[in-house]
Amino acid sequence: MTNLWADIKNTDLVIIMGGNAAEAHPCGFKWVTEAKHYRKVKLIVVDPRFTRSAAMSDLFVQIRPGTDIAFLGGVIKYLVENDKIQKEYVANYTNASYIIRGDFKFEDGLFSGYDEAKRDYDRATWDYELGDDGFVKSDPTLQDPRCVYQLMKTHYARYTPEMVERITGAPKDKFLEVCKLIAETSAVDKVMTSMYALGWTQHSKGSQNIRTMAMIQLLLGNIGVSGGGMNALRGHSNIQGLTDIGLMSDLIPGYLTLARDREPDYATYMKTRGFKPLRPGQTSYWQNYDKFYVSFAKAMWGDAATKENDWAYDWLPKLDVAYDVLRAFELMHQGKMTGYFCQGFNPLLSFPNRRKLQTALEKLKFLVVMDPLATETSEYWQNYGEHNDVDPAKIQTEVFRLPTTVFAEENGSLVNSGRWLQWHFKGAEPPGEALPDIDIMARLFIRLRDLYRKEGGAFPDPFVNLTWNYEDPLSPKPEELARELNGKALADVVDPKDPTKMILRKGTQLSGFGELRNDGTTMSGCWLYTGSWTEAGNQMARRDNSDPGGLGLTPKWAWSWPANRRIMYNRASCDVNGKPFNPAKKQVWWDGERWTGYDVPDFVVTSKPEAGAGPFIMNPEGSARLFTRGLLRDGPFPEHYEPFEAPVANALHPKVGPNPVARVFKGDLEVFGKPQDFPHVATTYRLTEHFHFWTKHVQINAVLQPQEFVEIGEELAKEKGISGGDMVEVRSNRGRIKAVAVVTKRIKALTIDGKKIHTVGVPLHWGFTGATRKGFGANRLTPYVGDANTDTPEFKAFLVDVKKLGQATV
Amino acid sequence: MGAVTVSRRGLFKLTGAAVGASTLTALGFSPAAAQAAVRAFKLERTTETRNTCPYCSVGCGVIMYSMGDGAKNVKGKIIHIEGDPDHPTNRGTLCPKGAALIDFINSKTRLLYPQHRAPGAKEWTRITWDQAIDKIARLMKDDRDKNFIAKNADGQTVNRWISTGFLAASATSNETAWATYKVVRSLGMVVFDNQARV
Ligand code: SF4
Repeated sequence: MTNLWADIKNTDLVIIMGGNAAEAHPCGFKWVTEAKHYRKVKLIVVDPRFTRSAAMSDLFVQIRPGTDIAFLGGVIKYLVENDKIQKEYVANYTNASYIIRGDFKFEDGLFSGYDEAKRDYDRATWDYELGDDGFVKSDPTLQDPRCVYQLMKTHYARYTPEMVERITGAPKDKFLEVCKLIAETSAVDKVMTSMYALGWTQHSKGSQNIRTMAMIQLLLGNIGVSGGGMNALRGHSNIQGLTDIGLMSDLIPGYLTLARDREPDYATYMKTRGFKPLRPGQTSYWQNYDKFYVSFAKAMWGDAATKENDWAYDWLPKLDVAYDVLRAFELMHQGKMTGYFCQGFNPLLSFPNRRKLQTALEKLKFLVVMDPLATETSEYWQNYGEHNDVDPAKIQTEVFRLPTTVFAEENGSLVNSGRWLQWHFKGAEPPGEALPDIDIMARLFIRLRDLYRKEGGAFPDPFVNLTWNYEDPLSPKPEELARELNGKALADVVDPKDPTKMILRKGTQLSGFGELRNDGTTMSGCWLYTGSWTEAGNQMARRDNSDPGGLGLTPKWAWSWPANRRIMYNRASCDVNGKPFNPAKKQVWWDGERWTGYDVPDFVVTSKPEAGAGPFIMNPEGSARLFTRGLLRDGPFPEHYEPFEAPVANALHPKVGPNPVARVFKGDLEVFGKPQDFPHVATTYRLTEHFHFWTKHVQINAVLQPQEFVEIGEELAKEKGISGGDMVEVRSNRGRIKAVAVVTKRIKALTIDGKKIHTVGVPLHWGFTGATRKGFGANRLTPYVGDANTDTPEFKAFLVDVKKLGQATV
Repeated sequence: MGAVTVSRRGLFKLTGAAVGASTLTALGFSPAAAQAAVRAFKLERTTETRNTCPYCSVGCGVIMYSMGDGAKNVKGKIIHIEGDPDHPTNRGTLCPKGAALIDFINSKTRLLYPQHRAPGAKEWTRITWDQAIDKIARLMKDDRDKNFIAKNADGQTVNRWISTGFLAASATSNETAWATYKVVRSLGMVVFDNQARV
């Protein structure tokens, strides 16, 4: 979230699209209820189903799964053509006025630079035109035909209300009603909040779904503003934290990136990281990249990371390609992997195409599962009848299952979707011999380090030199790790301008990332978390819920990154002179000498408004991007592409159906289904009573939702002779499930490009372990393809067929 | 820092030291008064510990009530969990998942001991932690030493290990994440991911 849960109460309009907060984030959704009740704010829900959120809405529009960009592209067209934009914001805080290279083009569904053989773009032309001074050229009047604003206008001119209806199935008049409500928030004192989750990410164009709404929010001046924002509701309790700390193939904590093969040394690596400003007077905060990197290297290797060895540059692996989970299971499937660890993760049920996952796991030499619960993944080799029909004797994998603690049995912090690091405390001892994950990692580390010290082996340097100076090396305390993430001074640090002035004494916990150094005198595991555990103690455990300003910012409750800032980009809530656009909802402001306010200003606090620095300080332009240059693989403007399994051709450009650059592995392409065999669109989702495959181990939740079911509209049910409660089979080209049919009014048939299309709903919670009845699992159906930028699997739009099996056996 | 007890409906500045040993003391009741009551509520004899719901990213505050006096050889047991009324996001409310957290802690399918399944076996065998760590460390090292890639085909230094991968969780703490990151990355592992996508 750019904002925070309680801030939703400050909005003037809520749009839930790409998520279902009432069902999946119930206690956060109550802030929508609060806004509706006290301020009579409207709620719009756009979704393939009439969800629990829709039940609370003022306006609901049903669309076909996988057509969000078509819908939102139409909204952009409406806003631009009806002049419903926040002009001062768009002209000054976005790249709308910047001139784009003359050789940038979009034709027949493809941007310039496409290479069909590689399924990739050469993105060189997707860039600004630079002047002789090295800065981007711009036209503040937004009239130049090559400026971003005009190019955007042309790009979305094709997204007429008729086209929107043809692709999405949303009736034109309903669509226009949505546009009108959204357009009202272009007023300087009106805001809309966008709430989304995996309903947008789990598509082969997931990043672009989000981008399209981000563009709308920028056009309306709704980013950085209380009650506005792009609010990713996120999934698991600490998915934000795990990503912040970089537990992904290509990341270093704090969103730094691993080097690529072609970057042989630190100097080369830094050339493409520490961006110089692209416009005069801009901050370009990533200029501090080297301070973050060096402090991270010092946290990893202490004295062994030196300027002379490029801060142990070669001790981190380099990447040739990204090894996300889809690639991991592809490699496993090809027999190229020996071992795999699953820490609190149940991939056998979580990733697409169960059959492929099962075969892949069978090819492993060893599998280690660390979990508090008996997951399906840990028992994939065990026969569970039709729910897991395997022969254990034929599976040669050695499997380990290590019991871990749960939240109640450990101290530590989790990051919620509002970026708050909240500390929690242990209240009970773990059962049996269960251990905290930290202890398991520590034991493994110590044992392996002993082996490397004794036997030597492949490149042991980064491993045997890893800093591990915890009081009990076999059981580091969460508090020790948290302090390390925050960082401290490794030597006395003096003021560079006045060496007689000591700034930090050796050993001091740092109070903010502004104190980090690139000379090796500071360390910090994750620069974004600097400030979370200072000399004043554990800021994450703070518990003062006072709320100066009344916006719900509660700045002394827990601690939020970055720098305890509650609303990101908050400089953009003020006009160019530093005065709040909406004085009734003041967040930060220029007081004549410095930036101040109820929130921590997201700006250099001494930067005068007349100096002209833009509010988006992480970008070298200082502005937000309506045109993303080459930063996303599939285009600088979002374009509607069909899902990989779609019931119709792409109405905008029939020759380019699905995302032309999404990665498809050989063998997966062959098992995409065709509409003639699988005529219905399906989508997967969660229920409020369950959390993924976890709560089926919990007695109460198992009682609340005991059995696998699918949702089918009345019209389709009638066609197939299915009554509520019947057993049905849902089949895709990859597998089938048997489930109870729920026949509902909440999913209607849609007319898409003249064709009647039904949508089938497939909730995802059942498997073959736990307290519920056994189930087959939605991922037997889903396709093995991901978003072109993040490789998030396309769980939200695929093709199936449905057949009645018989009466239910209740 | 041990388990920190907090009293309800008050603003506490936690300084790192445990606050109050029992709820009643923190609320200003003297233990004598409580004992004099005809029949004390069960919750009155509990310790309150602050935590957050581990399921979704709303991050609702919860209060856990546990029995056990902290004496040696007495295992604390959580008997009730409810929403934290002071928490600025959930203000005491919990959804059907958070409200049932006690059953997660006490789930029948919780794992209690390290287990091993030999190739082709039909059942688990219970093993000790030492045996498990020994065997796993050996498997890791053998694979890493055999398949570690120091240089790519073009002779560039890459120092990566791709034949063993690690899937991290998304409900573990930041501190677990950091310990995991340190170990995984310093081994050169790149087949490394979390739950952000699903
Ligand atoms: S109680 Fe419900 S809404 Fe709150 S964090 Fe837990 S799962 Fe999310």
